This record gives sequence, C-alpha cells and structure tokens, in this order.
Amino acid sequence: MAASLRAWLVDDSPSSRLQARLGRAWRIAGALSRNPLAVVGTVIILALVLTAIFAPLLATHDPLKQDLTQRLLAPSAANWMGTDELGRDIWSRVVYGARITLVIVTMVAVLAAPAGLIIGALAGYFGGWPDRILMGITDIFLSLPKLILALALVAALGPGIENAVIAIAITTWPGYARIARAETLTFKNSEFISAIRLQGASSLRVVLGHVLPLCTSSMIVRVTLDMAGIILTAAGLGFIGLGAQPPLPEWGAMIARGRSFILDQWWVATMPGFAIIVVSLGFCFLGDGLRDVLDPKSGEQH
Amino acid sequence: MTALSLKNLDISYGETRITHSVSLDIAEGESFALVGESGSGKSTVLKAIAGLAPDWTGSITAFGKPRSHGIDGHFARACQMVFQDPYGSLHPRKTIDATLSEPLSIHGIGNQNARVEAVMASVGLDRKFRFRFPHQLSGGQRQRVAIARALVLEPKILLLDEPTSALDVSVQAEILNLLKRLRREQNLTFLMVTHNLPVVSFLCDRLAVMRQGRIVEIADVAQLKQGALREPYSRELMQISATHAA
Repeated sequence: MAASLRAWLVDDSPSSRLQARLGRAWRIAGALSRNPLAVVGTVIILALVLTAIFAPLLATHDPLKQDLTQRLLAPSAANWMGTDELGRDIWSRVVYGARITLVIVTMVAVLAAPAGLIIGALAGYFGGWPDRILMGITDIFLSLPKLILALALVAALGPGIENAVIAIAITTWPGYARIARAETLTFKNSEFISAIRLQGASSLRVVLGHVLPLCTSSMIVRVTLDMAGIILTAAGLGFIGLGAQPPLPEWGAMIARGRSFILDQWWVATMPGFAIIVVSLGFCFLGDGLRDVLDPKSGEQH
Repeated sequence: MTALSLKNLDISYGETRITHSVSLDIAEGESFALVGESGSGKSTVLKAIAGLAPDWTGSITAFGKPRSHGIDGHFARACQMVFQDPYGSLHPRKTIDATLSEPLSIHGIGNQNARVEAVMASVGLDRKFRFRFPHQLSGGQRQRVAIARALVLEPKILLLDEPTSALDVSVQAEILNLLKRLRREQNLTFLMVTHNLPVVSFLCDRLAVMRQGRIVEIADVAQLKQGALREPYSRELMQISATHAA
C-alpha cells in the first residue's frame, strides 16, 4: 500500500493535475527531509502547532488561576517551570502562550504576505507610474523602523492582540512587496509570459495566474524566515505592555513581568524567553531549509 | 486571398527606429521566410505582428482586417507565435496540460479535455507527457508543446521565430517535418524568421532578405535553390550560409 502510494507520487507520467501537484509536493518534502536543519525546524514548528492544539491536555494547571500561597515557587515536580508572582503555573502559561503566538504569526502572514505579493507583482508587471506610486508608498513604510512604527500604530489603535497583529502586518508587507516586484521584473519579459499575453490573456490573468505562482516560493521562504522576527516583535510589544493584555499568557508579557525578579526567581522570565528562542529558531531553520529546496535558481528541479 | 499584409511598417523601440517601410504580402497557405543577419530587424517584424512591439506606424492587416497596436483576443485566435527557445517559452511551474488548456480558458472554449488531447496527438506528443512539468521534457518535446500551445486556438497564421535554432540537429529535423506536416494538414500560413537558409529551402515557398531594417529582396525559394538571387547582399548571405553548412 505504502509502496504503491509512493510509486504513484513519483510517477514521472502523472495522469491527472492532482497527481502532478502531489508529486511535486512529495519531491519538495523529500528534499526537505534530507536537510537536517530543516527537519529540526519542522519538528519544532510541528511541536508548536500540536502544543497549541492540545494545550488543555498538556497544561497541568489552569493558566489563569492565581494562588498567592504558591507564588514564585522554583521548578518542581508539581510546577515543572515554577510559578510566577501571582502563583500561576508557568508551564501551563507557556503552553497556552503557544496559541497566542501561533495566532499572531498566522494572522500576520495571512494579512501581510498576500498584500505585499500583489502590490509588488502589480508594480513590477505594469512598471511606469503605477510602479512609482506603489513603490513610493512601500519605501515610506520601509524607511521607518519596524518596532517604532508598530509602537506608534498600537499606541494609536489601543493595546491588544488584534491591534498588535495589524500593526506588525503593516510593518512587514513592504519587504514582501519589494521581493515580489524584484521577482516579477526578472521574468516579466520572459517568453512564457509573452506567450500567454499573445493568447489574449488579460493583465489581471497574467499577474494572478502566471506571475504570482513564480513569486510564491521565494515568498514562502521569506515569510518563514520573518516569522522569528514577527514573534520577537509581538513579544516586544507584549513586553512594553502594548501587545496581549493581562491576564493572557503571552510570552513577551510574561518576560516583562518576570523582569522585576530576574535575579532571585530567574525561571519566571527565562521559561517564556526560552520558548520564544526555540520557536524563532525553528522558523529560521525551516526557512533556511525551504530556501535550499525552493531556491528559484534551482527551482526547476522540483 | 492575402493572409497577412504589411504596408510601410516602421517599428521603433523608443527613439531607435528598427525597420524602415517594410511591405510584404503573404498569401493564405503560403510559407514565407524572413532571413537576414542578427540585428536586421527580422524578429522585430514578427514581434510587431504578434503585438509585442506596439510602437509602429504603417499598417498590419490579417485577412483584410487591420490590426490594432495592442494584443487583442480576436487577433490572438487568428495568429499565434512559436518562440525560439523552448526552454524559456514554457512556464516552469505549469504542467503541459495547464499550459495547453490556458488559451482555451482565456477564450472560453469548452471541451478542453478532448481539445488538449487532440492537439497533443497532432504534434506527436504521447499522452503520458500531459501532466508533466516542462523540466521533465527534452528540448524537442518542449518545442512540440510550444507548437501545440500555438495551435490549440486553431489559428490560420503561425509566426515562427527561429523555431529550431535552439535544438540539436537531429531534433531540428523532427520539428521541421512536424511543421511541414501541420501546415499541409491544417492549411496554415507560416511567417518564419531564420538565418538558416537550408531550413528556408525545406519549409518555405518565398523569402524576403532583410538588411538593416529594410527588405533588400523578395524571392521565390526556387531562386534560392538555384542560387539565382538578384541582390549582391543576398548572394553574400547565401555564400556565408553555404560555407557554414559545409
């Protein structure tokens, strides 16, 4: 059964579009699994996703339940990562924090990547004044420091996860627009784009159906690599108090609270910090691995 | 009937004028070659007809209908183009099936499955290639796909931009035979750009020699075969071609 499925996937004469697509996905997955760092990254991200999904099963305590008799306890069998200043179990809070992190990361990717992709592709494809206007706007956003811009936006919109997501998305799309534009420029005059234009395709069809699919692989790599930065920015906003609001177990906010007693009760700030590092690293590894596999220069092989 | 007619065609790229009053009449079913050295403007003429070089004056008429400067759907169904490099003219992330059905989707033509199969059969591509990606095909197979893509809209005129120069010699012969057969079967009109005179003698009825953006001479292929071209430049070109072939 497994062998026949594999044969079906690697068949070099697929008999349907679905089989051709799955075959390509299989080859990419195969190349990814031969890259040790990418495997480590994938395992970490998978662990993050599973933790987020099964948080109620993994958490040993209610992440919001306070118990002042149990405050600032060192890591032990009962409280694996100790407790914080309100007696909440840090392990359970870190576990539930995975949900918040995952939501932020996914929302930012869903908002920023398509926006950047489409703006960049349109600017690159049409050139001339649409290019100048769109890229002018992009440059304005790029010229502002990310965290400062996010801070200003959150300060204006009010603190909270949703606003943090919007603020981070607004600061990340310009990078994607730049990449998409550069990619578009490299093949907008290629013969396969000319060929599809000669068949009478509308500009919209050319951009959406033929230019964007070629930008996506470098975009996936870039977004994955940016995930670490997004997590850190979200944590940074949480740290300053402009991200997730108490009592939500957001990792950055948890570090901020642990800062006051970092010398005596090191675990309060360290445990969520450790979670941030591991997850950021996971995204970096996966992004690096994806870049090796999806590199546009060698992309023809898959 | 005249399939394609160019009158006083002046094509420019920005400030640079590429061709100077090019006039041609190509009859329906005829196979016409534009020959000349690199930079003579022959490919530019083809691009202008296709709609990829929109900056021109004069007139381009296909079957009595003047052509607009842009690319329009109506003209696309009458006239298609095959590019020189089969490695660059197929979308690297689309299967052959997607490449061949796209023109049908653009023009809202139904019965795509049967049409794709038919056009693949007509260019001699086995069904097993249908869901492959271009990188899984050889150069000759890719050029067959490119020809199939041009033919799937059932055009009357086919513009060929050095369709064999990027291929191995043995594959060149296959593609030339294929083009010859397709023209006979579908009564196509060919306008081919090439610098390969043997290809012209094999595939074409008439030829125009271009030099520095002007047509120097229009001749029958019989004249080319007998070495009876009138202009000194055309003969020079023939001689260069002959020494290279030998």
